[in-house]
Amino acid sequence: MDILVCVKRVPDTAENEIEVNKSGSDIERDDLVYSVNEWDNYAVEEAIQIRDNVGGTVTVVTIGDDESEEVLRREMAMGADSGILVSDKAFEGSDGKGIATLLKAVVEKGKYDLILTGAQADDGAGQVGGMLAAMLDYPYASLVNKVEVKGDALTVGREIEGGNQEMNEISLPCVLSIQTGINEPRYVGIRGIRKVASVEIPTYGPGDLGVDASLVGTAGEKVKRLDYFVPVLGEGAEMLEGSTEDIIAKLIEYLKAKGGLK
Amino acid sequence: MDIHSFFKYYIKIRKGEQEQNMENALIAPAQYVFLFIPTIIFSLLIPIIGVAIFAYIMALRMAPLAKAAPDKRFDQIPQRIFNVLKIWLAQYRQPRYRTAGIVHIVIFFGFLILSIRSCSLVIIGLAPDFVMPGFDGVIGHIYNVLKDYAATGVLIACCIAAWRRVVVKPARYAVPAKYGKDHTAEALFVLGLISTLMISESLFEATEVAANAKAGLHVEFLAPLSLVWFFRLMLMAASEGVLQGLHIIAYYIHDLTFFFFLCFLPLGKHFHVITSLFNVFFMRVRRGNIKPVRYGIDEDALDQLESFGVKKIEDFTWKHLLDFYSCADCGRCSDNCPANAVGRPLSPRFISIKGRDTLFKNYPIYPYGAAFKKSEPLIGSVYEEDEIWSCTTCGACEQECPIGIEYIDKIVDLRRGMVDEGLVPQSLQKPLKAIEKRGNPWGKMEKKRAEWTSGLPEGVTVKDITKEPADMLYFVDSITSYDDRMQSIGQATAMILAKGGADFGILGKDEKDAGNEIRRFGEEMLFQNVKQMNTEAILESGATRIVTADPHAYNVLKNDYTGLPPVTHISQFIAQSVKSGALRLKSAQDNKVYTYHDPCYLGRHNDVYDDPRAALDAISGLKRVEMERCGDRSFCCGGGGLMLFYEPEEEQRMGVLRVEMAAKAGANVIVTACPFCLVNMEDAIKVAGLEGQMEAIDLSELVAQHLA
Ligand code: SF4
Ligand code: SF4
Repeated sequence: MDILVCVKRVPDTAENEIEVNKSGSDIERDDLVYSVNEWDNYAVEEAIQIRDNVGGTVTVVTIGDDESEEVLRREMAMGADSGILVSDKAFEGSDGKGIATLLKAVVEKGKYDLILTGAQADDGAGQVGGMLAAMLDYPYASLVNKVEVKGDALTVGREIEGGNQEMNEISLPCVLSIQTGINEPRYVGIRGIRKVASVEIPTYGPGDLGVDASLVGTAGEKVKRLDYFVPVLGEGAEMLEGSTEDIIAKLIEYLKAKGGLK
Repeated sequence: MDIHSFFKYYIKIRKGEQEQNMENALIAPAQYVFLFIPTIIFSLLIPIIGVAIFAYIMALRMAPLAKAAPDKRFDQIPQRIFNVLKIWLAQYRQPRYRTAGIVHIVIFFGFLILSIRSCSLVIIGLAPDFVMPGFDGVIGHIYNVLKDYAATGVLIACCIAAWRRVVVKPARYAVPAKYGKDHTAEALFVLGLISTLMISESLFEATEVAANAKAGLHVEFLAPLSLVWFFRLMLMAASEGVLQGLHIIAYYIHDLTFFFFLCFLPLGKHFHVITSLFNVFFMRVRRGNIKPVRYGIDEDALDQLESFGVKKIEDFTWKHLLDFYSCADCGRCSDNCPANAVGRPLSPRFISIKGRDTLFKNYPIYPYGAAFKKSEPLIGSVYEEDEIWSCTTCGACEQECPIGIEYIDKIVDLRRGMVDEGLVPQSLQKPLKAIEKRGNPWGKMEKKRAEWTSGLPEGVTVKDITKEPADMLYFVDSITSYDDRMQSIGQATAMILAKGGADFGILGKDEKDAGNEIRRFGEEMLFQNVKQMNTEAILESGATRIVTADPHAYNVLKNDYTGLPPVTHISQFIAQSVKSGALRLKSAQDNKVYTYHDPCYLGRHNDVYDDPRAALDAISGLKRVEMERCGDRSFCCGGGGLMLFYEPEEEQRMGVLRVEMAAKAGANVIVTACPFCLVNMEDAIKVAGLEGQMEAIDLSELVAQHLA
């Protein structure tokens, strides 16, 4: 099975203190560190496991600048066979639909049986997977937490309300958005990344993909970000402050007082 | 014709020959004829076949060692010889377990003494008058008395050992179901073999002495109350025919048992009888450090290695395989292992036993010529991931093992293999990635690394050594820099250093995690990264010495880094400064009872036991008690560094056990000298429900409170 996994480079929320910049147009990016979007790691791990079970290839693709190559290498160190970097000035500032348009072009340029995305990105809106499936006219399953290959179809599991599990059969080719917890992504150390450091990664621009530049990037942007701000404390809300222990102690106190804890 | 008449009949025939050799009333095995077969044939065949089988087995046992990874064990020969004398010959570690230790010492020395006798007995089967060179005079007589008592002692020791195995059943001998069958049968079988050797040797001699005495011939002096002495007493009433029969039977039982035993040794845990000498000679000499990924490969050439760490059994070094062979299955390591104590899926003893079983299985000695088996990946078949992650690298097992078997390097090598395969639990992936990105396992911002200094009292300033030169570098390390509670250790340390007159500074944002656990958790390349960055920063700072209050940093800077200025722990600084008068401490103002918990990376790995105690005792009037487990038998608090992030399967917390030990000692304050110990102790006090009755404090905090 030939699998394409769409991945994204995002500011690492665990290792940053995210602050909104003064003008409110973006977050402070000076001191940020970046990594692979957490959900995407699970998607790549799942793809690798499927490939190891039934054969085939795993390709990872990302849309971004030169620095995004780093996330491709990381996923290749995990075990993806090849990477594709989609990068061009014209692609910058694409909204969700723009990204899906570019990914669709990537899918059509290759030959894939299965396309995986993360269920969402740390800094995203969880929209690309669905849009991509619709544009490709492929079946789509979201929030997938189980995948089994059954001939030329897949059985996919989804967690639904109340922790219930739903199982579906979906025919190939299809698009799945992968939920965390579906597997245990393997560790990638510096050594692994160095091993794939010299593997060639092709960069696709508008010419390679044959996309109309007016449909992507800022030119094609239909959703515009207007503002970034930290919400003001509403009525009844209170920020607990102090050391972790103080916070926990206060929280327990409140829970007890309101009858949430006996 | 019954057997007695048989013997009488033959004795009559042989009497003629015996006339010439009037010294002995009995015919020696070398001259005896049984059913027309001269028994000397057996005297010749048994040793030849025995030695041949033994050589064959040993050759197969050595085969995996030849394929194993290289090791460096021929350095520091004087120290190694010293270890052999102390740990092997003098059995230095044995009495740490009193009864078992004494029993072992008796059997050990009995074996040493009797080895001479056993060898000469083999030759006596061929040449009846043979005497070991040098043993014909007084020495021979002294030796005979000695060996009589040795045999007696060994027999008694065997009985005690068997009794312990069958009746007392010390918990540490038990084999949990998941590790296979109980080992009692093998132990008893071997005790039986040893007893057989002792009895047959004594019987062989007693029959001769009894016969000679009855015939009025010269009688060899027998050590009173020894086994042979008793046998002679009992046999004085026996007829000559019986004596002759017993004499020959005893001889061949001894001969057969001896060679059977020799060939049996390399088949199980009694291999240590042969290998322990070598194992102790080759044992770890340096402590605190971790072996390189591969001996002979420089750190900057690591990228060329195809694979990292141990994945299959032959990836271990030859010494580590020798360890597997040598393990005597005594269970002392596991008995001291904190991971085992709290029910984590790790028992070091079984790391060895399972390793040995794998070697035996893959290099079969039976049937003859059987092919070696292809090695499978160890993780998932022989060892489990959680088992290998469970180790806190506390070193208690290595400290205890009477034959110098090591575990930390093996476990680190297995972890290196797992890291290389991507088999790292999610709970550890996050902190490792954070270290890669931010230089600390919490992923906190580099620029906040020196924020703890803002809480310092008036008058205490800490230099930024990257901007202002200082004589001493205070290496703070991650937990003290970032953890709200542990920052107080940093502040206390700075106060002590300032008061003690040190000219010191910190690296601030240029400091990275020192990496003690990064290396010990198998992420060697990440360790090499932080090591390189720290080394550059430290050397650039121009400091001539390093001080730290974190034993993990102390250990790794001292033992795993190279080319740095000397490293001191704050407890050593305090002890020295108090002694020189540079620091003066007030007397204790409370009635609390203090106990000192030895952090593994200060005590066992670096032998710093006395300085922290001296520092405590410098506070006059402070009441201090020792826990039962202290010094080199200290009990790990739960582990530091990345171990704080790992989520083990366990029934209990190590810290809780430790806090209970402190309570048992009658203490109400646990003083430690390590931020990780403090985290674990404070948590454990809460978990154990001892809040209000027990508290924990760092040595530096306590001393800072008492600065005069
Ligand atoms: S180092 Fe400590 S935790 Fe690890 S096996 Fe040895 S005794 Fe157990
Ligand atoms: S490793 Fe050492 S202490 Fe542990 S069981 Fe074996 S011989 Fe005994």
